Amino acid sequence: MGVVSSSIRDQEAETLQPEPLPTVPRTELAISARRLRKVFEDKIAVRGLTLDVRRGEVFGFLGPNGAGKSTSVKMLLDLVKPSSGDAEVLGRPIGDLQAKARIGFLPEHFRFYDWLTATELLRLHGRLYDIPPEALRHRVPTMLETVGLSPHSKKQLRHFSKGMLQRIGLAQSLINEPDLLFLDEPTSGLDPVGRRLVRDIIKSERERGATVFLNSHLLSEVEVTCDRVAFIKAGEVIEIRDMNSFAEGRNGIRARVTGISEDVLLGLHAFASSVLCDSELLTMNLNGPELAPRVLRYLVEHGVEVFEFTPVRLSLEDRFLEILGADHGL
Amino acid sequence: MTHAWIMAGVTFREAARKKILWMALAAGVAFLLLFSLGLHFQMESFEDNHVRGFVRRQAVSGILMMGFYAIDSLVVVMTVLASVDTLSGEIASGAIQAIATKPVSRWEVLAGKWLGFSFMLSLYIALMVIGIDTLAHFITGVAARHILRGFGLIWMESMLLLSVTFFFGTWFSTLTNGVLTLGLHGLAFLGGWLEQAGALTHTPKAVDVGIVASILMPSESLWRRAVFEMQSPLTTALNFSPFSGASVPSPLMIGYAALYLVLFFFLAIQRLEKRDL
Ligand SMILES: Nc1ncnc2c1ncn2[C@@H]1O[C@H](COP(=O)(O)OP(=O)(O)O)[C@@H](O)[C@H]1O
Ligand SMILES: [Mg+2]
Repeated sequence: MGVVSSSIRDQEAETLQPEPLPTVPRTELAISARRLRKVFEDKIAVRGLTLDVRRGEVFGFLGPNGAGKSTSVKMLLDLVKPSSGDAEVLGRPIGDLQAKARIGFLPEHFRFYDWLTATELLRLHGRLYDIPPEALRHRVPTMLETVGLSPHSKKQLRHFSKGMLQRIGLAQSLINEPDLLFLDEPTSGLDPVGRRLVRDIIKSERERGATVFLNSHLLSEVEVTCDRVAFIKAGEVIEIRDMNSFAEGRNGIRARVTGISEDVLLGLHAFASSVLCDSELLTMNLNGPELAPRVLRYLVEHGVEVFEFTPVRLSLEDRFLEILGADHGL
Repeated sequence: MTHAWIMAGVTFREAARKKILWMALAAGVAFLLLFSLGLHFQMESFEDNHVRGFVRRQAVSGILMMGFYAIDSLVVVMTVLASVDTLSGEIASGAIQAIATKPVSRWEVLAGKWLGFSFMLSLYIALMVIGIDTLAHFITGVAARHILRGFGLIWMESMLLLSVTFFFGTWFSTLTNGVLTLGLHGLAFLGGWLEQAGALTHTPKAVDVGIVASILMPSESLWRRAVFEMQSPLTTALNFSPFSGASVPSPLMIGYAALYLVLFFFLAIQRLEKRDL
């Protein structure tokens, strides 16, 4: 845990950091983003994404609609030009053709030339990946089989349902056996069988050794598939969670405080991977359980009135609702 | 570059699959048949009325030019209609996202599409322009003066409009793109007639306005140069055709049009490379 730094606030709190973040050699990273930011006219879509994704992990990018998930992925894929910041994908700069050859992408709401048949679509995408025709002859039917579209191989896309389009979109994202697979809301438009298919595909991609980056607004979707999950809201990563670590959930602190200033709040980032203050209620996810007394002392020493200070186990769902709830009037 | 050829192939197949190509071909063939039939009856009527060979040739030459004019208009409409949606439509629908994330440069996507349309339009123009000339020659013995130059200029007009719709397609929606491109062409068209009328009535200011319109959009200039190359000077002089030789676009203007075509092509690439998809 703690390999990852999240959101721009971490950098601002860097001087207070008790110990430096362990660094992972860049070659082991599938994605390494540094302060990626995108502003559309006056709307900040992504505030400053700093993120490392290791090779071989299934990484969830979880947040409500409009949080900036698609924009983030599009920046990593060179579809959207960042306003500032930079990133490396598969060890190469954004947009590098060699890296792109090793990437698969399922866009949100997959749409394509509706006059192509399923087979023609896959063959075209295979050719754009420079896969030799002999290899494609075998791979295209296999891919159609995988996504359950074999009976519709000769049907034009114009006759496809939303779910079928999503399935053929999945197939084209897998046709090059990618090292890094981006899935943007892959289960949208899919029935339960289709959702199961997506889950199985993610599982087999992980077994194959691929890195998967999964965008979703559904907790249930990332909960079962992901190794780590980043919560994103209003263009900002709020927290990154290791799904396999048991200790993680026990580091929560819920406190009732008054008189806390912005500066003191910022200082808390030295101890916690996330800090959320909603009027009097302060919720934190500490970097370790042993930090609790130090946090309390820090608060008191900085003139904060503490009425309640309780270690809690924050479940993923608690956290998600908390993040959603802070100013998301659901 | 192989990717550009793949895109060109898809674009060409799209035209074939979407039936644009076939509709245009059917319309073109129907036009050629009608035109031949008309010419045939015209010849019969000349025969019946004992029209002299000299007058006959001039009259046929005038009719042939109107035929070329109709073809030129068809080509303009075809070019714009076929290509107006290709970039803006795919950007709006998101279809381009699946292409642009492949190991393909954006310029290859654009150049490939351009080549695909260019190939289709070239076939169409060749069929129509060479077709009508051959038919006229066969039926009446009269043909265009420099048919290949005429073909080249009409072809260039089509490629120029293609580059312009590609350029606007990287900036605007399909509808805006169509309105802008046809609007500019309409301006050039009016400017062209104004220039001719101005030259005939010795109104230099009108000629100037026409030239400015041609600089803004040189598409119509290419057509007027094509007429000049195809029509016999005698037909022009005797006013047997509505296309006067009063103010013919200079080779400089043709060079400018070529530059314009290339410039818009590269501006389209530059814009596509830069924009969000
Ligand atoms: N092309 C665009 N122009 C203007 N605003 C945009 C554009 N794309 C996205 N946005 C805005 O940026 C924010 C983030 O959008 P998006 O990345 O699609 O979120 P998500 O994928 O998490 O639902 C939203 O508020 C959205 O309205
Ligand atoms: Mg989205």
